[in-house]
Amino acid sequence: MASGMAVALDALMARHPAASREAPPALKPLSLAVAAGEQVAVIGPSGAGKTTLLHALACALRPSGGALRLDDRDPWALPTRSLQSLRGELFLAPQVPPLPPRQRVITAVLAARLPRQSLLEALRSLILPTGIGAAHAALARFDLGEKLWERVDRISGGERQRVGLARALVSPGRLWLVDEPLSALDPARAAGAIATLTSAARERGITLVATLHQVEVALASFPRIVGLRNGELAFDLPAAEVSRERLARLYAQHEHELAAWTAEPDAASSAGAQPVPLCFR
Amino acid sequence: MANALHPAAVRDPAWLGRVFWTCAALALLFPALVACEFKPWVLFTPDNLRVTGRFITDFFPPKVDAEFLALVARETWRTVAIATAGIALALALAIPLTLLSTAALSVSALSGRMGMLPFALRQAIRVLLIVLRSVPELVWALVFVRVVGLGPTAGVLAIALTYAGMLGKVYGEILESGDAHATTALLRNGSSRLQAFLYGLLPQNAAELTSYTVYRWECAIRSSAVLGFVGAGGLGQQMDLSMKMFEGAEVATMLIVFMLLVWLADAVSSQLRRVLG
Amino acid sequence: MNPGTPAGRDPQAALPAGAQPSLVPPPRPAWSLRCAPCAIALGAAVLGVASFATLDLQWARFFSADAMGRMARFLGELLHPSTDPKFLWRLMVSSLETLAMSGVGTLLAAFLGLLLAVPASRAHAKARAPWREPARLLLNALRSIPELVWAALLLISAGLGPLAGTLALALHTTGVLGRLFAEAIENAPPGPAFALRAHGVGSARVFLYATLPQVLPQLLSYTLYRWENNIRAAAVLGVVGAGGLGQMLAFHMGLFQMRETSSVLIAMMLLVALVDLGSYLMRRVLGR
Repeated sequence: MASGMAVALDALMARHPAASREAPPALKPLSLAVAAGEQVAVIGPSGAGKTTLLHALACALRPSGGALRLDDRDPWALPTRSLQSLRGELFLAPQVPPLPPRQRVITAVLAARLPRQSLLEALRSLILPTGIGAAHAALARFDLGEKLWERVDRISGGERQRVGLARALVSPGRLWLVDEPLSALDPARAAGAIATLTSAARERGITLVATLHQVEVALASFPRIVGLRNGELAFDLPAAEVSRERLARLYAQHEHELAAWTAEPDAASSAGAQPVPLCFR
Repeated sequence: MANALHPAAVRDPAWLGRVFWTCAALALLFPALVACEFKPWVLFTPDNLRVTGRFITDFFPPKVDAEFLALVARETWRTVAIATAGIALALALAIPLTLLSTAALSVSALSGRMGMLPFALRQAIRVLLIVLRSVPELVWALVFVRVVGLGPTAGVLAIALTYAGMLGKVYGEILESGDAHATTALLRNGSSRLQAFLYGLLPQNAAELTSYTVYRWECAIRSSAVLGFVGAGGLGQQMDLSMKMFEGAEVATMLIVFMLLVWLADAVSSQLRRVLG
Repeated sequence: MNPGTPAGRDPQAALPAGAQPSLVPPPRPAWSLRCAPCAIALGAAVLGVASFATLDLQWARFFSADAMGRMARFLGELLHPSTDPKFLWRLMVSSLETLAMSGVGTLLAAFLGLLLAVPASRAHAKARAPWREPARLLLNALRSIPELVWAALLLISAGLGPLAGTLALALHTTGVLGRLFAEAIENAPPGPAFALRAHGVGSARVFLYATLPQVLPQLLSYTLYRWENNIRAAAVLGVVGAGGLGQMLAFHMGLFQMRETSSVLIAMMLLVALVDLGSYLMRRVLGR
């Protein structure tokens, strides 16, 4: 089994790719270390730089300052070929599941295996899928086994999001970077999906960094919580030590994002007991 | 067991269908290839290669002496003029036909269903428009070359008839697709059809109508060059002559001029359409 | 108001000194070279007049009794298409040849167009795409030469017959489809491709798994539209000797055999209608 990747940020700065040069960076100098196999949830109000952080970690965004080290290598100092193969060991699941509408679910899931496949193998898999078993197993863990042959545009938004997560399970990635994995899921599904994701990562020793909008889910499922606000580190604590006051300070002026989840503190842990106001983004 | 394979999952359900359609496509493609004598290797037989080679090497350098360039310039203008005159006649034909046939200007339709006679007239005009545009302009040109002899008259007439059909159809669609409220209000208040058109329909759709006309003018320039190949005058006729004489250098010059003309017409037309919004 | 006076341009100047500005705004001049539609209309009128003036149009001959009589005879004979079984058999063979030319030409063009559209498009906003401009230039050149001119050129190397016509259709259509394909590829939603690129997947595999599945329906529908266009073109390409119905048309018309010509024209229209229907049905099936 692949072991996880260690991540270290040293005063990392990054700018949103669309932002102008004068705009303040989405990430102010940020230092953070995540050990191999660790599971971290990143929380914070919208615009805190959560997605930018994930993109920087995924080597999809070149830092404008500071250093990023993945397994003690500086990815941006590597030659292109090595950088590409390093990227194959990372798996970024964007918030909107990146699935072509008319592709079949099986193909969309198997696309996560592409970094390890040659062009010829990839072509062959388009004609007759290779790895049906693995794709089915991954989907089954998210209760989607019977959607294997369905077309992506014929399943619901929540199912699509879980297909996007099932991709992680077949990918050769050793560092999973998951952006808002629960935004389209109802609370019951959300709890199940996050449990599947964390347990799969734990089984394989994979490092997992997830940004989450649902604070209660983050506190319940992740041992370590990183709070981001305005591109700066607000706190970096074990879940048990994240107090209500800290959360209130983190979400100051963005209370509505927190309110939906803290109004009923038990809602997420006692999964699906009753309908809870949802926080869609 | 969570990882147990679902019985339906072992085999790709789309596989049989893919195999079937691939075989069907190949079974159709083969006779089609035979029918169009698709043997591209004949292009590369020594005889053909020699002829092609000589013709192509003749392309360089293109012929650029003053006398020939003057001829090309004159023929290029004739190509543009044939297209413009053709479109002008097409407009003269299409506008009245559209006004007669558009249901947006129907008075009887105001009070429910259109009357029998107006309905029959409108359908008859529509059939006429369909006939006009479904005969390719090249065929019209062949007919008119037989009637009036070689020269631009045949080209102008061919473009006029075909494009009258196209313009009439699309004008009708544009007029009937928009919001009819202003026009019906005018008609209800007792204005004549022409008044309702000028004050209701036309201002509403003028930009779209003009930009379609400009686009068709651009197409007509391409057509008019092609019509030359059946003897309807312009650049095409000269090109046909030079090709028959295997004058590669002349063909090269005219091809370049023709491409420039098409690009110019394309640029003018898209600029005009942008200005017209 | 006279549009030529300065009052038309400058409303203030028209007011007597000390007068209250009227609440009714002065009308805009109805005519001025500065208004774009007026200038365009003037230009179009000049171009139109110049065209009619410089062309040696022979209206006298067109409207002469002789020509009119000939037209009438043509039309009369056109109403009685030939139904000689032997001729109809040849007609059917030619129709199938035309259909095959249009189909094979379009298929070839779709393939070549896709092959050229990939270098002619930018895979993502920051891609360098060094081949974009040269590939687009080639596509534009292919597109700007009409099928018939291609056919006339190809006759020299391919000889008389449907092969020249098929290749001519393929070359022109490659230019048209290649450009449309390139636009479609550049306009595809970037999300799926981004996710795969971030995963270290090479550009060919990204294209196959993310971009192509998104644009494929559009590419197919463009191809089918072009096929409808190409059946019309294929029907007349034969006029220069490139096979199919056009060759029969030119032959019989050259001999003033209007009854046979009429049958050929009817076959053309049926063929066009058939292909339109086929393309419509295929698009409906693919649209699901």
